[in-house]
Amino acid sequence: MTLRLTHTAKTYPDGTKALLPTDLSVGKGEIVSLLGPSGCGKTTLLRIIAGLETPDAGSEIWFDNDNVTPLPVERRQVGMVFQSYALFPNMSVRANIGYGLKMQQLPKSEIEARVTEVLEMCQLQPFAARAITALSGGQRQRVALARAIAPRPRMLLLDEPLSALDASLRGTLREELAVLLREFDITAIFVTHDQDEAMAIADRVAVMCQGRVLQTGTPEELYRNPKSPFVAGFVGNAMSLRGKADGATLYLDGGALTLPARGEGQTVFVRAEDVCIGDDGPLRGKVETVTFLGTHYKIGISGITPDTIASIHAGQNAPKVGDMINVAIKPETLMLLPQEVDVA
Amino acid sequence: MFKSKVKIMQLAVTLLACAFLFVPIIMSVLAGLTANYFKGISSGLTFKWVIEVWELYANSIFLSMWLAIACLVCTLIIGLPAAYGLARHPGWLSRLLEEFISLPLAIPGLALALALLQLYGSMKGFRASWTFILVGHVLYTLPFMVRSILAVLASIDLKTLEEGAASLGASPWQRFRDIVVPNAMPGILAGSLTVVTLSIGEFNLTWMLHTPYLKTLPVGLADSYASMRLEIASAYTLVFFILIVPLLMAMQWASARAQRITQ
Repeated sequence: MTLRLTHTAKTYPDGTKALLPTDLSVGKGEIVSLLGPSGCGKTTLLRIIAGLETPDAGSEIWFDNDNVTPLPVERRQVGMVFQSYALFPNMSVRANIGYGLKMQQLPKSEIEARVTEVLEMCQLQPFAARAITALSGGQRQRVALARAIAPRPRMLLLDEPLSALDASLRGTLREELAVLLREFDITAIFVTHDQDEAMAIADRVAVMCQGRVLQTGTPEELYRNPKSPFVAGFVGNAMSLRGKADGATLYLDGGALTLPARGEGQTVFVRAEDVCIGDDGPLRGKVETVTFLGTHYKIGISGITPDTIASIHAGQNAPKVGDMINVAIKPETLMLLPQEVDVA
Repeated sequence: MFKSKVKIMQLAVTLLACAFLFVPIIMSVLAGLTANYFKGISSGLTFKWVIEVWELYANSIFLSMWLAIACLVCTLIIGLPAAYGLARHPGWLSRLLEEFISLPLAIPGLALALALLQLYGSMKGFRASWTFILVGHVLYTLPFMVRSILAVLASIDLKTLEEGAASLGASPWQRFRDIVVPNAMPGILAGSLTVVTLSIGEFNLTWMLHTPYLKTLPVGLADSYASMRLEIASAYTLVFFILIVPLLMAMQWASARAQRITQ
């Protein structure tokens, strides 16, 4: 199914603009992530697509060739995974998964067959008869997914599906979820504030901030070619190099840096993996922190910009805290972006 | 255990308090089973008085049970949707409504009865029917039902559960039937037992509202105290105990269970 939103906005009765007029299309079978910090309107957008929030007048939501804008959630045929999972505590795992099929008034034998199929797909057979309260967080998450997918919805909507899990579990379930969603071969939208999650699962990411979609693109596009300082900072944690640009040279506290283009009126960003420590570097700074991360060291360097900048250092030996070091940054790795106006 | 004086004091106070509570009950029960109370237990034990109470007051017992069941049905029909509505739309208006429903708790039963009499006393058919007492009982017990259900509903994330059901295609009625009622069940159970127990034991209101043909269990009790010999009155008390104590115990169990869920 394809989804098309035109001019969709949401203003709360107290005048808060949760979502500014937004256009968004999602292709058939595409997995799109809405990524942004809390309060950016991503959950509101998801709930509008689901039919759990009424958008402002003038908004239109199309599922293929059906205008579903006036339909309530129960008639939109969407599968939804909630942040808290919203599993029914009064029903077993099997009954939870079968509930949507029961609402479609399918014959009992078919419900049984389809629930069994979904249980197998999500590897939940051993827990089928269990009560919801007797499941771990990861199992609950899978039941929520199984329940949403069982009625064969037109689209799957996931609201921070992994945020209720502890960090160690989140990593493994992230990959599991990415595999499952592709196995289901379903158009899916999921909301997250975690860029790693968005990158790992989505085909395409829409970065949101303050009620608007700032940039949409594949994870690679967003990472390599951010269009705004916010996207650069939020996707891949780019650091801004604050200094004074004169022509193609940027003067920093720790030295001068060559820019790939004229830099006046622009903000210069760099990622930690492009900050190279080496004797021939033009910048000089002091090592503040050294964190060993197994495959590499993460080194915090002060004195180059007003903020500490981080460097990913892959060598066998790391400099010590307090050492003065030289740092080089290749011009082609620098990102020149228009200065921030009203976006945070 | 008896080493320290404090322990002995504690034990003594506890035993005294128990005696204070139990001795009158035992005396009363014994009086109901003694052939002649003035001659004492030596006159022998008998079920004669209990049988006589049954013959005299069986109608009261049945009326009370009937009233309690009718009252339960009414409070469920009004109370469950009311609690659901209040839980689903929290806000100052809901708080106000909840307080308003709870008002009968603060007003003495006598005053409530008087108000009912003033308003409906002239409607002869209604005044003389059992439904008049029922109205009083429903007014008095409704807050217990509403609060008990509301406490359980407030402790679960009702809104999200309902949204979950809605996303699976459930209509508002199906959501109420499949999600709200089953999850509110501990509260419904605790509330129901409270309502039945209170309705059977209610005296103040009922005493004002009853007619000579419509005596409930507690009104009959007062009547037997006033006009029967002591043994019959005591036997009546015994019958009352037998009816109300299991209900009270069930109520304790149900509300403890509901409380566990709300925590």
